[in-house]
Amino acid sequence: MNLLLDLALVAWLVVLALHVARTGDDRNAIVAFIAFGLLLGLAWTRLGAIDVALTEAAIGGGITGLLLLRAEAHLRRGRQADGAPRQGGGAKTIVAALASAVVALGLGLAVLAFPSPAPTLAQPALAAIDATGLGNPVTAVLLAYRALDTLLEKVVVLLALLGVWALTPDNLWGGAPELKEANPPQPLLYLARTLPPFGVLIAVYMVWVGADAPGGTFQAGSILAAMWLLVMLAGLSPAPETRSRLLRLLLVGGPALFFAIGFLGFAVAGGFLAYPKPLAKALIVGIEAALTVAIALALGLLVAGPSNKAPAR
Amino acid sequence: MTLAALDSATLFGLCGAALAGIGLFVVIAHPGLLRRLVGFNILGAGIFMVFGAVARRGAAAGLPGDPVPQAMVITGIVVAFSASALAVALLRRLFDLTGRDSLEPPAAGKTPRAES
Amino acid sequence: MSALADLFTLVMVAGGALLFLAGTLGLLRFPDTLSRLHALSKADNLGLGLIVLGLLPQVGSIAGGLKLVCVWLLAQLSAATASQLIAGALHRRKSGR
Repeated sequence: MNLLLDLALVAWLVVLALHVARTGDDRNAIVAFIAFGLLLGLAWTRLGAIDVALTEAAIGGGITGLLLLRAEAHLRRGRQADGAPRQGGGAKTIVAALASAVVALGLGLAVLAFPSPAPTLAQPALAAIDATGLGNPVTAVLLAYRALDTLLEKVVVLLALLGVWALTPDNLWGGAPELKEANPPQPLLYLARTLPPFGVLIAVYMVWVGADAPGGTFQAGSILAAMWLLVMLAGLSPAPETRSRLLRLLLVGGPALFFAIGFLGFAVAGGFLAYPKPLAKALIVGIEAALTVAIALALGLLVAGPSNKAPAR
Repeated sequence: MTLAALDSATLFGLCGAALAGIGLFVVIAHPGLLRRLVGFNILGAGIFMVFGAVARRGAAAGLPGDPVPQAMVITGIVVAFSASALAVALLRRLFDLTGRDSLEPPAAGKTPRAES
Repeated sequence: MSALADLFTLVMVAGGALLFLAGTLGLLRFPDTLSRLHALSKADNLGLGLIVLGLLPQVGSIAGGLKLVCVWLLAQLSAATASQLIAGALHRRKSGR
């Protein structure tokens, strides 16, 4: 019975991916991709990874979808009527299909050849969890055992944002990105007024509960970013100017606090990113709070893109 | 291998392999850059799903899966999103400057837009 | 008592699933956007409502039950807004240009 559900999910995922490959219309492909992302979230719950499912549904299905749809609308507006359907050359398509089939086959064989019994780090992860004061092993991996990965990933997100900002035309540097629709419809305004209080509440709950149950900074940050984007799209609050000191400070604040606590580890606990045992939980929660704000801001600004209004004098 | 012997971790692992193949095909074969970006995301989703199969098989000590690959996938999803956002910004800038949304040589008789 | 609760769950969830099936059929078979929206919102609101109602006796705690009801309310809000937005866009396309 459960296998039947899994088979149906897998079939839908493959069909939607094929649809993305075959459909002629970009918007069509993106809508299929959003459905794909949500089904992927379901698939992750079937794999017993609730933390990943939350992240995938929020980022893979939600925010990436918004990013792609906005890009498609931008291209569509600029392209006017000369959108003749393009097609790749026949020979090239066949070669590409063969190459991808070989890669998929190789990966599939690798999956079938997984060693048994499977190697696992579940036991060591649980054995040391008492020292961190956490209850959710995934959060323990993210913020304690492999905190260095998470720290560097934050830096990658900031670098991506710098890259996006670097594409600003010279005369608009330091201005604000414009997200607002020309004439936001009433229902959108209503949603943008009603939903954010719930969204913020859910995000705070997720950070707090993330120490012991599925949830955490990434999921909460993406929910906060989604709420912020909703408010900006409806035009209730304009996007901030990218030259704003406070904005830049908040963006850097999360990783900076992480670094500071990391170096503090040398002094008090004998190593980079080592937490002193009695303070471990408090430090981790502090880092999570600062990171959540930084992630929410960075994700929102990544969707908003480079500024397209000159800074106000 | 009969169907009964197929457990759900292996099934999703094979699904991940298929998705990676489809995504790779879109990235190589589709001329439109935006579509390639969607393909890139599907490729990533497929690879993450193979990781998910690994994590699921590592279920032990009362956990539903090995937490280490799961944490890596969460990190990976956020990094993939950042890369997509950077790619979208590059694409929009390319389109604003040249009027093209593909890297294929423009078809004969079509001149790129010169404005802005 | 628990057998009665199980039966209640079974009936309600089956009813909800049936409504989702009907809604999906309508989505696939109805001729135009507005009637498709109509079919979809029926399935979303009533179907999900029945499923949540059916699952309530199975939740161990009050907090869990409240979360389920919240899920239903939030889905209602988003479904209502989405159908309004789609219908509005359709209306503007028809009358505007």
